[in-house]
Amino acid sequence: MFDWRWDFTFEILPRLIMATGNTLLAAVLGYGIAVVLGLVFALAQRTPYRALTFVVREAVEFIRSTPLVLQIFFVFYVGPQFGLRLSPWTAGMIAIGLHYASYLSEVYRGGLDSVPKGQWEAATSLNLSTRRTYFRVVIPQALPPSLAGMGNYLVGIFKDTPMLSVIGVAELMHTATAIGSETYRYLEPYTLVGLIFLAISLPTAAGIRVFERWVRRKLGLS
Amino acid sequence: MTDEDLSGFPLALEGPDVPMVSFRKVSKRYGELVVLDALDLDVAEGEMVTIIGPSGSGKTTVLRMLMTLETINDGVIYVDGKPLTHMPQNGRLVRANARHLREMRSNIGMCFQHFNLFPHMTALENCMEGPVHVLGMPKKDARERAEELLEMVGMADKRDQHPSRLSGGQQQRVAIARALAMRPKVMLFDEVTSALDPEVIGEVTNVIRQLVARHNLTMLMVTHQMGFAKDISDRICFFFGGRIEEQGTPDELFGNPQKERTQQFLSAVKEAA
Ligand SMILES: Nc1ncnc2c1ncn2[C@@H]1O[C@H](COP(=O)(O)OP(=O)(O)OP(=O)(O)O)[C@@H](O)[C@H]1O
Ligand SMILES: [Mg+2]
Repeated sequence: MFDWRWDFTFEILPRLIMATGNTLLAAVLGYGIAVVLGLVFALAQRTPYRALTFVVREAVEFIRSTPLVLQIFFVFYVGPQFGLRLSPWTAGMIAIGLHYASYLSEVYRGGLDSVPKGQWEAATSLNLSTRRTYFRVVIPQALPPSLAGMGNYLVGIFKDTPMLSVIGVAELMHTATAIGSETYRYLEPYTLVGLIFLAISLPTAAGIRVFERWVRRKLGLS
Repeated sequence: MTDEDLSGFPLALEGPDVPMVSFRKVSKRYGELVVLDALDLDVAEGEMVTIIGPSGSGKTTVLRMLMTLETINDGVIYVDGKPLTHMPQNGRLVRANARHLREMRSNIGMCFQHFNLFPHMTALENCMEGPVHVLGMPKKDARERAEELLEMVGMADKRDQHPSRLSGGQQQRVAIARALAMRPKVMLFDEVTSALDPEVIGEVTNVIRQLVARHNLTMLMVTHQMGFAKDISDRICFFFGGRIEEQGTPDELFGNPQKERTQQFLSAVKEAA
């Protein structure tokens, strides 16, 4: 039934492992952007400036309601029409970073909202500034309840990196497809891609759960 | 906000007997609901005033307004002679800016019914947070001050514990130390024993007794513990419907209440106890 060729498998494995490096790099860079930008989005929606809150909320909603692959195409192909000529990597990181920042901002929002009002009042009674209250009181408490969601999106962004292949980022999927079109064999490269994703996703998810417990303990919250 | 007329209020209180806290015709409304109705209340320096009254009579609101946790609709509050949520500008009172609020807030400390300790910090860290990050004290000095205060409230041995490891009474004692670490002139206690198990109420009230006896703090307290209020207060204010229905020394108010509502309230409380 299957015509699985081991010699071919071992022949292409090094190339796929190299490409895995790019996949991981894309996931980590994109996630780094998303983690920081998501916090900016979440905090921007809590400022007293109504216009800012409105614009950011609508932008987040817009990004969350449109497909990632469209956003990647948009930044890469439509950008140049506005004088924004970006390499596939840069365009990809901007698109995927923005996309996941929007999702993470919702995770943070939930976490920030879960901090009881009394914590804010205690901070005010000690005369802590808004900035200090966020960074010393509210965010440390918003973190543990956000970690599960943050972890899900870390795995999510990793699994979405193949979308970058559409603009030519040489990550795993792109490489597997290239191998396929060179050799007319798709079974082995795509199977290997699946296994590599699995081999990374599963331990990451488990690691996140351990990390979550560790953070709670570290913050004295449990 | 802009149409409020505060021309009748002085820009500052001056003279030899300026009260530490002075509410002048202070009103608070939530939509239609009038919570405080042109309240006048003076608290002298070093005085311990206890507010009692039925639920919803505006007791908590008085303290929260003083802590600037609640805005004020009308009137002016003065702390140490200076307007709290207003400031003088071109010879009249306008809404205070953030800087003025910060400066005024440094006079006031508050303890809450549910403690509101920072759960991710140890008892000691809770007490050092304000001194280090607001007062800009060197860590070493802040630590010394925090340790002294924790010692005073009998929590020195638990200073490295997080709040989740402390009982309610212990948490409240840490919260008192945390507020005192900011060296406020006025301390506010809002039902600080209401969330506690009966057997640990004493450990918190004893700390407050000690404060009254040894320190010249101005204090405003809301409590349902009449015995405790009677013991330590200089004056009791009975609130009803957002106004002071009756006030006097503990002996006057508990021993010989004049108003019918006061008598009803006190007998209802006595029955419940
Ligand atoms: N944020 C708010 N929005 C609307 N109404 C409020 C708000 N905060 C307080 N109130 C109302 O204001 C009134 C006075 O509240 P306050 O908390 O000062 O009462 P209290 O005397 O402390 O009562 P208790 O003994 O139950 O604590 C109550 O009727 C309450 O429902
Ligand atoms: Mg109350």
